[in-house]
Amino acid sequence: MRAVRLTVTAAATAAALTALSACTAKSDAKDGDAIQVTAADSKCETSAKSVPAGHVTLKIENKGSKATEVEILFPDDRIVSEKENIGPGTKYTLTAEVKAGAYEIACRPGMKGHGVRQKLTVTGGGTTAARNPKLDAAVAQYRTYAQDQADETLPKAETFVKAVKAGDLDAAKKAYGLSRLGWERTEPVAESFGDIDPKVDVREDGLEDGQKWTGWHRLEKALWQDKKIGAEEKALADQLLKDLKDWQGRVGKAEITPTSMANGAKELLDEVATGKVTGEEDRYAHTDLVDFKGNVEGAQKAYELLKPVAAKNDPALAGELDRQFAALDTLLDKYRKDKTSYDFVSYDKVTKEQRKELSDAVNALAEPLSKLAAAVVK
Amino acid sequence: MTETQENNPSRRSLIGWGGAGLALGAAVAGGAVAMAKAGDDVDPVAAETGGAVEFHGAHQAGIATPVQDRLHFAAFDVKTEDRDAFIAMLKDWTAAARRMTAGKAVGEGAYGGLAEAPPDDTGEALGLKPSRLTLTIGFGPSFFDKFGLADRRPEALVDLPKFPGDNLDRTRTGGDLCVQACADDPQVAVHAIRNLARIGFGKVAIRWSQLGFGKTSSTTPDAQTPRNLMGFKDGTRNIAGTETDRLKKFVWVGEGDGPAWMTGGSYLVARRIRMNIETWDRTSLQEQEDVFGRDKREGAPVGRAKEHDAPFLKAMKPDAHVRLAHPDSNNGVTILRRGYSFTDGTDGLGRLDAGLFFLAYQQDVRKGFIPLQRRLSAQDALNEYIQHVGSAVFAVPPGVRDSGDWWGRTLFSKEA
Repeated sequence: MRAVRLTVTAAATAAALTALSACTAKSDAKDGDAIQVTAADSKCETSAKSVPAGHVTLKIENKGSKATEVEILFPDDRIVSEKENIGPGTKYTLTAEVKAGAYEIACRPGMKGHGVRQKLTVTGGGTTAARNPKLDAAVAQYRTYAQDQADETLPKAETFVKAVKAGDLDAAKKAYGLSRLGWERTEPVAESFGDIDPKVDVREDGLEDGQKWTGWHRLEKALWQDKKIGAEEKALADQLLKDLKDWQGRVGKAEITPTSMANGAKELLDEVATGKVTGEEDRYAHTDLVDFKGNVEGAQKAYELLKPVAAKNDPALAGELDRQFAALDTLLDKYRKDKTSYDFVSYDKVTKEQRKELSDAVNALAEPLSKLAAAVVK
Repeated sequence: MTETQENNPSRRSLIGWGGAGLALGAAVAGGAVAMAKAGDDVDPVAAETGGAVEFHGAHQAGIATPVQDRLHFAAFDVKTEDRDAFIAMLKDWTAAARRMTAGKAVGEGAYGGLAEAPPDDTGEALGLKPSRLTLTIGFGPSFFDKFGLADRRPEALVDLPKFPGDNLDRTRTGGDLCVQACADDPQVAVHAIRNLARIGFGKVAIRWSQLGFGKTSSTTPDAQTPRNLMGFKDGTRNIAGTETDRLKKFVWVGEGDGPAWMTGGSYLVARRIRMNIETWDRTSLQEQEDVFGRDKREGAPVGRAKEHDAPFLKAMKPDAHVRLAHPDSNNGVTILRRGYSFTDGTDGLGRLDAGLFFLAYQQDVRKGFIPLQRRLSAQDALNEYIQHVGSAVFAVPPGVRDSGDWWGRTLFSKEA
């Protein structure tokens, strides 16, 4: 990854999402305004379905047997405000500044999954843009996907980090590629936070003056080129895990819009075109094809979720994208043992001619993919 | 009108006929009239102003039309098996070429469209003149292995044989199809290839491309022949765009010369000829002049005074380039040259990666380039200083007739 890049949200239709500032500290909100939230293992009851815009207070009580998490969500599942880890039998007051619009309150018993939802309408305080429920659903599902990728990455990253800390070169090398997969699939979301990507995925040539080199690629160089693990590398491994946990905790608050999903898919292909096809991304480990596959899978996921809308607005484009995703998948399959394996051919074994073929297939997909955003907002 | 006028029209009565006579001419020789638009007549105004060259005509522009200063030549490979998708691309290409040669942006332009979508046109030619841009398409031998076109391959479209001294780089050789973009402004030529490549993604992919920065031939009568990178004028007796008879005899495929779809077309040979610039520069003036068979100052053949003076071949060394390449030494074989000098930086050994990107159009490669190159590759004194490192041959279809026509229609349509 490059150190500096546009974030996924830059040109997004963020205006459609009502801007707000949220806080999770206890507050002295007036009792009359507060919404009582009774959370249990399989239910989530709210005392009001409608409140005026402004300062909104949730008085939460967990009557279930598991720790729960309560959130106020935008229609596309972006978190307005949340409180995690509310223990059984405990109470908590959550407050937020909320503008007019449609929201949901979610209780997540066990702090995972879709949770139990209640509608919340916030009235007054200006107009809200019309929303397309299909697109809200696409964004919500994509957010779930992004969260899943982060959740699944952590144990794989832990395996990698443990191997580094044990000084086990072979085990660390083996765990390296897979530890990156979930990140690569959802990189535009991770990059939208701005500060995490430069810590975990920067390459040596992407460092700015005075920036310390940390993250995957620093360890990659230690493992493949320097072939040694010292105290510094072990500390960097710990740091990597810490930064990835930060990522995991922030996916829910990422600003994701239909446009940013579509552009994110295109950006993933840009990543492939500029970093993977050239072999620059994993220049020591040569695991570029694993990242390549991850980027394409992530782009395909975003596309599949947007497809119901895109195919209606531009059926020819959807047909072309289906064909080109399939063509690229087929081509990539030639470089792995079977269709479920992420054990890809080392990129230094991929000939110049083969790289040209891969590059042509990426161009063939990326060009129509660059038109997806327009087809979604049409 | 009188009966005698009909039987034996006088000059005066022809003028009197006016419109009727012109209409008759158009009906009988429609091809010839259209031909004049892009093929044969030089438009002096366009040549002077960097204006637009007519895209439509009986022949494709970019062959007999005046040679521009710059080149971007691209060879493409076909990446789809879907005939309909490929034909749709050819139509899209034609529409884009029609606009670009007129100095207009592709599609909806480079700005002002949907903010969420990339613009249709890439924008770098905005504000530039049409710069006499010509775009010329050709189909290579390997193209006819695709889309069930095997029986449409012209006999004249042969695979070039290996010539002595060839050192061809596979990555700079061949191609299913090509587009030659010539313009007076390099940015206009590059813009054209870039936008066609973009439209083609998924259907075609660029196999190789070559930039040329200085024309080495002229198709304009009486113009000075430009010098090549060896500092010499070569091909001074090139076919001019106004020489209708020589064009017909040596360049255009006529009716019955091959498959009907090629009538009005031509065959193109492209060769990337690397020059050993540094060793050439260390060669004495006498040897340089002997190698070419010309003097360096004027470009006159040995023993003559002026560039365009008829050469006295026997006065030259037997292996002199002009002597070997001259039609008189080759049973009259004549080709239309349209090559460009190139310099692709240096080669990593501190030497210029430079030479001649040779482009030649002819009616039949078997009667044009092949016999000529057999002779040159075997005997030419110049071989010590050059090496052919890239090669391709293409069937160049006839011109796009009008706004409803498209590149390759005669090839893909049943009737032609």
